[in-house]
Amino acid sequence: MTDSHDHDHGFAHPVSVKLLLSVFFSLVFLTVLTIVLNDLPLGSADIVIAMMIATLKASLVMLFFMHMFWEKGFNVVAFLSSLFFVSLFIGFTLMDTGSYRDDIDSFPEDKQPAPRVPRTAPGVSSNDVRPMPPATLVEGSISPLAKPNPHVRL
Amino acid sequence: MSTVETTADSHDEHDDDHHDHGEFIAHHFDSAEQQFDSGKLGIWVFLVTEVLFFSGLFVAYTLYRYHHPEVFVDASQFLDKVLGGINTVVLLFSSLTMAWAVRAAQLGNNNFAGKLILITMVCAAAFLGIKAVEYSHKWDLYILPVSYYNYMEGYHPEAETGGIAGALNISKWLVTLSMLPLLCLALFSAGALFMAATGKRLMAQFMLALAIMMSGYFVGAFAGQTYQNWHEANLAAEEHAGDHGHDDGHAAESATAGPDSTSERPPQIGVFFSIYYCMTGLHAVHVIAGMAALSWLYLRCLKAHFRPDYFGPVDYVGLYWHLVDLIWIYLFPLLYLIN
Repeated sequence: MTDSHDHDHGFAHPVSVKLLLSVFFSLVFLTVLTIVLNDLPLGSADIVIAMMIATLKASLVMLFFMHMFWEKGFNVVAFLSSLFFVSLFIGFTLMDTGSYRDDIDSFPEDKQPAPRVPRTAPGVSSNDVRPMPPATLVEGSISPLAKPNPHVRL
Repeated sequence: MSTVETTADSHDEHDDDHHDHGEFIAHHFDSAEQQFDSGKLGIWVFLVTEVLFFSGLFVAYTLYRYHHPEVFVDASQFLDKVLGGINTVVLLFSSLTMAWAVRAAQLGNNNFAGKLILITMVCAAAFLGIKAVEYSHKWDLYILPVSYYNYMEGYHPEAETGGIAGALNISKWLVTLSMLPLLCLALFSAGALFMAATGKRLMAQFMLALAIMMSGYFVGAFAGQTYQNWHEANLAAEEHAGDHGHDDGHAAESATAGPDSTSERPPQIGVFFSIYYCMTGLHAVHVIAGMAALSWLYLRCLKAHFRPDYFGPVDYVGLYWHLVDLIWIYLFPLLYLIN
């Protein structure tokens, strides 16, 4: 086995304790750093910085704790391919998000229980009570309180 | 058996090893190394499915944040950075002990590997204890998934008066959440005593380790609750100071609710908490599964199964455990650190 570790252990690659500890302390340092940076006014860059620090931490964990540094190339490609598929998943969904319907704005109104007509109101036979119209997706907004949806093409 | 010795001939000096060589080599593998490599590929492919499993929730998060950034800024005020940060460090530390346990198993030091795995188990349980404090505090305030979300500005839950919650002065939700760990703790302790009484030393030791793991939950919950009480006391003192300063109710309200919450909250804020509970809940399920897998490893360490040519299970569970850590590394800034 060709690696720079201790001595020969067959196919085992024991990582030195020194390396493990230094990775751990770097991770703790980066955690503290990301919390401290979060309190600074960085504007819209803060999410980018936070994600970069998270990715740096993830790389440290993968390379040294998960032994990816010494891993067989095929396994590395197999694992990292998942990131490719995740980016496809997120990327394509974001591309398609223009057709997102903002119904979520009317959600709290829709959430209110529909005004119920009592089943047996005095003087009204139960046959006269019309059932609530079924909620249709084309209508966009079910409640009269909800604002009309601009994205719905009729 | 002989094939194993040809590939692993460098380990003949381990004469103190009383196992037969190839004890754990399945018959369809040529060698220990081939078995290890197959298992390794298997666990990597499993981790790929895990990443994709979580990615659905990350997509939900991305889309919702893309459309409603204000909801995220507002909602993350309810998440405590300190508790989240402590939990991050607890998980990172458990990853360290796990990676160290892999090293110990690779060197055939079962005793030390077992101890490190036990520390990892305790950290996992402590993580859940702190999480339970966070969850129960939110449930007290009706900060729930969107269909049940009913938070009101300036609302303080009444102090519990009766039962365990009243006696300990904690949330009744925390008591509810702690019931299962308490039951497990009692069962494992009783099991340890029973095994010790019937002379089964190994199983007694295993049960004792499980009981120690469960007590880790209570250490975490106690630490989390202590911080929470201290934090609440600070907020109350601030509120008090605000009352004296301005003499109108608004100062008090804004002091309790966080920095910029004087205006009304966006109505869809509950959706953030749906995403929050799904992501952290699924992560917690993975932590629990990890605890089960680690317990199994601990038992095998007690039986001294691992050697330089057979440490696969420790390595595989370790990879899984690091993935749980990786996911938390992303969840923490995405949920807790939004400005």
